[in-house]
Amino acid sequence: MASVADQATGISVPAPAAAADAPATGVAASSITLPAVGERELRLDLFRGLALWLIFIDHLPPSFLTWLTIRNYGFSDATEIFIFISGYTAAFVYGRALIEHGFIVAAARVLRRAWQIYVAHVFLFTIFLAEISYVATSFENPLYSEEMGIMDFLKQPDVTIVQALLLRFRPVNMDVLPLYIVLMLALPLILVSMRWRPDLTLALSVLLYAVTWQFDLYFSSYPNGVWMFNPLAWQLLFVFGAWCALGGARRMGKILSSNITLWISITYLVAAFFVTLTWYVPQLGHALPRRLEQWMYPIDKTDLDVLRFAHFLALAAITVRVLPSDWPGLKSRWLKPLMLCGQHSLEIFCLGVFLSFAGHFILAEVAGGAALHALISLCGIVIMSAVAWLISWYKHSADKSAKKGARGNADLAGGG
Amino acid sequence: MRSGLLLGLALMILVAGAAFARAEEAETCPVPASLLATESSLPKVAEAVNSGRPLDILVIGSRSSSIGGSQEDAYPSRLQAALKDKLPTATINVSVELQSKQTAEETAAGFVKLMEAKKPTLVVWQTGTVDAMRSLDPDDFHAAVDRGVTALQNAGADVILMNLQYSPRTETMISGSPYMDNMRAAAQEHDIPLFDRFSIMRQWNEQGDFDLFSAVHGPELARRVHDCIGRALSNFIFGAAHLGPAQQN
Repeated sequence: MASVADQATGISVPAPAAAADAPATGVAASSITLPAVGERELRLDLFRGLALWLIFIDHLPPSFLTWLTIRNYGFSDATEIFIFISGYTAAFVYGRALIEHGFIVAAARVLRRAWQIYVAHVFLFTIFLAEISYVATSFENPLYSEEMGIMDFLKQPDVTIVQALLLRFRPVNMDVLPLYIVLMLALPLILVSMRWRPDLTLALSVLLYAVTWQFDLYFSSYPNGVWMFNPLAWQLLFVFGAWCALGGARRMGKILSSNITLWISITYLVAAFFVTLTWYVPQLGHALPRRLEQWMYPIDKTDLDVLRFAHFLALAAITVRVLPSDWPGLKSRWLKPLMLCGQHSLEIFCLGVFLSFAGHFILAEVAGGAALHALISLCGIVIMSAVAWLISWYKHSADKSAKKGARGNADLAGGG
Repeated sequence: MRSGLLLGLALMILVAGAAFARAEEAETCPVPASLLATESSLPKVAEAVNSGRPLDILVIGSRSSSIGGSQEDAYPSRLQAALKDKLPTATINVSVELQSKQTAEETAAGFVKLMEAKKPTLVVWQTGTVDAMRSLDPDDFHAAVDRGVTALQNAGADVILMNLQYSPRTETMISGSPYMDNMRAAAQEHDIPLFDRFSIMRQWNEQGDFDLFSAVHGPELARRVHDCIGRALSNFIFGAAHLGPAQQN
């Protein structure tokens, strides 16, 4: 972890001011200086931790805590943050490996990482299968005889399991990791191209995004349908994150520090908020011009709607503006739980998915009361933080006892 | 600090108590006005009722528009009963066309024939569940709903769309929201009312009217829920057709 941002190398290493979950406060002088040895970009950890908490809450049935999640206040949600930061950190860590050790080593490391994510996904699927099988055998309610038909896949476990291993059969809420795996598989290529011509790479990514929309390209899933998160569209966020990490953020400094950007962002966020408001207060619905509605809806999550992407950009632009990387609060112990979760994102993400299954299960088996519901959400967050702390403690002591070497880089890319 | 804790505890007990009290009077199953409000109207229903002609309603749906074998207890029959209570002098016929395991596209393919045979004043089209379970492309679903509604309207009927059931047990397996979003959009495009069955049932579950998580309830729970849906739907139709509060219960 200490070797993340130390030596100056061929690629432009983003400086603290430029290295947030979106580009920087354009104070040009500070964005050129290289980060001090061992300096971590804490804002990345903070916001990835936040994204993990929000994803966990969103995966539980709605409760009052759901009202704290950003998807209720605009178009984008925690997934955008997660994928962007993942692209950013992955490019940062493996981009360095590419320069220091060459393509083969870097690609091997990326693939090892992708394999870890794959194993994690299969592990979660196994737990899911156990839960579903239990529900299917114990649950009988004539009100839901139709919905219980979803369990029919259990009649063909052979096909289902093979399709799950091929990432084609994915239960609800298990869509992010397959997306992440595909993006990681593409990362070596992205990095090589990025090193050669960063702007061209970004342009190609935008082109792929546009082509995906134009020709309606998708990844099919089993038994039918498409991937909930279309990698061909969502790669845009990932590549954009990588582009920012490899110097794009610094070059965008001027744009980001301009007041025009700030006001455009604020205006867009406020407008998005009002549109979201009409979803919850239907009486406001007629305030929206019908033509605007027809143009705007549906706001597509599968293909990362432009409105969602723009919403994320606006959020990010404002965030880097109001939250400088040297903000003392980043070192506060109140934010420590979030930071720790963000530093071990793969483990904590999986734990979050597991806890949301468990939470569903408890709610179903015990009772569906609002108080219990809130308690489960809070317990989940406490468990996530505690486990993140435990992992961090373990790594720390393991690193101490091991010889000092160039390891632990995967840590920044989201866990071990 | 401690007094705050005590206050919090007292509040929680109050809330729990209130939830229990509401569970007692489960049959009332109130629905907030906002969930029954719609900007779109049902001109043909209004015309039929006001001119004293019979009101023929056709419910087209998948299996969640029925309870097992008993037609009597399912919401279409309850709708008929509730409407007859409200309009004792009118002739009201509710018929049901169940198309289990059919997607919106498959169902809509039969609309022209169906409408020729039945000629209803109002069609309640319950859809989305099968499409969501098969996770079909939401855009294709949108197009199918769009075509279906057009066919129904061309045949001269008012149309209400009805979305999915709130089914907490299968929430981790069925992702309904893209389908419900598309139904809402289709309803807006055609300026027709959308009966938000999902939100209404979720409201009941949250208020404690029904425990929809429960695994043990037999046909009794289903019967009561369908009764409440039938009545809520009758209020919804009344509101959308502007049939006046005088006639409403």
